[in-house]
Amino acid sequence: MTEKNFEIVQEPIKIEEVISKVEDRNAGAINTFIGTVRELTKGKKTLYLKYDAYVPMAEKKLSQIGDEIQAKYPDAKVAITHRIGELAISDIAVVIAVSTPHRADSFDGSRYAIERIKEIVPIWKKEHWEDGEKWIGDQLEKTAYPDGKPNPEEVQK
Amino acid sequence: MIRILLFAELEEVVGKREIELSDEEISVGEIREKLEKQYPDLHKIRSAMAAVNEEYAENTVLAHEGDLVAFIPPVSGG
Repeated sequence: MTEKNFEIVQEPIKIEEVISKVEDRNAGAINTFIGTVRELTKGKKTLYLKYDAYVPMAEKKLSQIGDEIQAKYPDAKVAITHRIGELAISDIAVVIAVSTPHRADSFDGSRYAIERIKEIVPIWKKEHWEDGEKWIGDQLEKTAYPDGKPNPEEVQK
Repeated sequence: MIRILLFAELEEVVGKREIELSDEEISVGEIREKLEKQYPDLHKIRSAMAAVNEEYAENTVLAHEGDLVAFIPPVSGG
């Protein structure tokens, strides 16, 4: 079975499996980012979340993020797994692992990946509260795309 | 036939994820207008991104018979 470095999954994410995909004899650092489900957002209590995705395109865009990191740090190895479906508070929604020869680049790459996920990867979360539910968009708190798309730099850089 | 995919809020407004258009050639912008006419509550399609065959596409891009056009509301992964 070929290992997929960029995946959308339904089951709980196994952190060590994501890390093992970027292990490398020339790596001096593996930086791991773990995104979890938070209970309170702006004082509002979330009961659980539902994530949905346009799966084939989301995996393609995660892979594009990996390419972007490698363009900057050619020796980097990147793996990203994002979970969809119903998640409870504290569940792991995303795991990013970046290995590089030197630690600074692995921190940068990991940070870059999570910010880019919030820009270009077609995944949505719906927060469920005691008194309602809502699809969340535009988490970067920028104005939503007035001309119907992210600007070309955002999508293609 | 052109297949249209709608996600998140857009999917909820229409009540299904996938619809079909009989057009042979139509621009992304024209698809937006057409869907909004058909589903008046779908105004949020204006602030959605579009993708043709899984790549982001501007309103001027033409979709053809057999293409897959997705409308992607602001994303919230991570």
